[in-house]
Amino acid sequence: MTLDHFAQNAKSSWWNEAGPDADIVRSSRIRMARNFRDYKFPTIYNKEEANKIMELVKEKLEKSNDPVAGNLELFELEKLEPLERQVLVEKHLISPNLAEDSLYAACLLSKNEEVSIMVNEEEHIRIQCMVSGLQLTEALEVANKYDDWVEQQIDYAYDEERGYLTSCPTNVGTGLRASVMMHLPGLVLTRQINKIIPAINQLGLVVRGMYGEGSSAVGNIFQISNQITLGKSEKDIVEDLTSIVQQIIAQERSAREALVKTSHIQLEDRVYRSLGVLLNARIIESKEAATCISDVSLGIDLGYIKNIEKSVMNELMILTQPGFLQKYAGGPLQPYERDVRRASLIRERLDSAQIENS
Amino acid sequence: MVCQECNQRPATLHFTKIINGEKKEIHICDKCAQEKGDLFMQNGANGFSINNLLAGLLNIEPFLQQAKASTFPRVEELKCKNCHLTFKEFVHVGKFGCATCYETFKDSLDPILKRVHGGNTAHVGKIPERLGESIHLRKQIKDLKSELKALIDQEEFEQAALVRDQIRSLEKGDEAAEERGSQP
Repeated sequence: MTLDHFAQNAKSSWWNEAGPDADIVRSSRIRMARNFRDYKFPTIYNKEEANKIMELVKEKLEKSNDPVAGNLELFELEKLEPLERQVLVEKHLISPNLAEDSLYAACLLSKNEEVSIMVNEEEHIRIQCMVSGLQLTEALEVANKYDDWVEQQIDYAYDEERGYLTSCPTNVGTGLRASVMMHLPGLVLTRQINKIIPAINQLGLVVRGMYGEGSSAVGNIFQISNQITLGKSEKDIVEDLTSIVQQIIAQERSAREALVKTSHIQLEDRVYRSLGVLLNARIIESKEAATCISDVSLGIDLGYIKNIEKSVMNELMILTQPGFLQKYAGGPLQPYERDVRRASLIRERLDSAQIENS
Repeated sequence: MVCQECNQRPATLHFTKIINGEKKEIHICDKCAQEKGDLFMQNGANGFSINNLLAGLLNIEPFLQQAKASTFPRVEELKCKNCHLTFKEFVHVGKFGCATCYETFKDSLDPILKRVHGGNTAHVGKIPERLGESIHLRKQIKDLKSELKALIDQEEFEQAALVRDQIRSLEKGDEAAEERGSQP
């Protein structure tokens, strides 16, 4: 299997299994930060040491007979094209940091793209598991399996008092970052989101845009994650986040109901205008595309649009990102060329999606 | 309101960023937001990251003064014997250099961890399976040793002898567990 398997399809195969509340929660993700005991942290290690870490992981992966290891394939980032790296970022399989600073960096990907292990990022390794819908507990279970496998191979930096030791003090303890990606057009349209975000922040959670730290909430997609990793068990972190997310889901649903009740025709108008843009535009910038995709997704959820699958919209959200567009075009594109290519790609995808369903 | 980036177009996006309790209001226009968004994607978190913020947090004067007063040798001059990271460097980058740093800077860690983790300083979650066995034992031994010390102070030597034997037998078990642990 080559990277093409991962880079050609915007859709990861786990998307097909729509998880609970998948209309609002697009995905749940668990990330665990781990370091190896006898090596300096990425903060100050030199190239040789970074290389040693990668070789160590490679060797253990090759030698292990465990089915967990058999499910993983290692890619050295340096050997990938910049575009391929960007595509992995856009699919959330690796972080922007790993793609940027890719000397001796690697990622281990599972075949269905549910699990990805980043090597030599901010910490020695980061184990990630991503699933559809609101299923943090399930994702944690899977991530734990891979964590246990690594621990059987290599000694972790672990301290009885502080837990898993990490280079960044914000990760120490459980090293656990649980997050969910939510589509919240109802709360944005009713402007309730401005009240909800500060409330979420007060509960020790962080709200960000689709691509994490520093990204804005494009297409009404918000990422909500825990801030505290120390002094709380993994189970508590996951349960607390889940219960808050369930409340947000309930708020989003009632916002949507209220919108349908009070401004049904305006909402329907908005949805169909956006669909019109997607079906007809010849030039479209990524932000406008994201807004229209969000509107049409909402239209599908509310039953206004019946002949397009929701998964097509989720796919388009990834497909219209700069990296994917250029991967499809077969090479780098100027921003203006991207906007033209984006528009034609959306039209093609929607045309075939509608035919499939008619 | 005018966009705070270009100071020309009207600001259409208004949001508040709160990271570690630091609040920042941002008002920008669509165009700048898009440009900034692209910038963030390409540069990763180089420009602005949690560690910059954390370093800022650590630089707070009162904290340093408190640390200066309470530790000897002076906390800024502390240097990790394993990775040679100094406390000053740690404060600057906001990151540790190796596992040993946690030991080296132990005395200054609690206030930092409390700030970042809502007042918590101790781990209560997962214990690694393989390492776990010996960790559990060592904790027991540590507890017994402090009990032993207390008993000796109180001159309860008979009781102390019993505890000492208990420690000895546990220590044998610990060695065995360590050996088992180091095998892959």
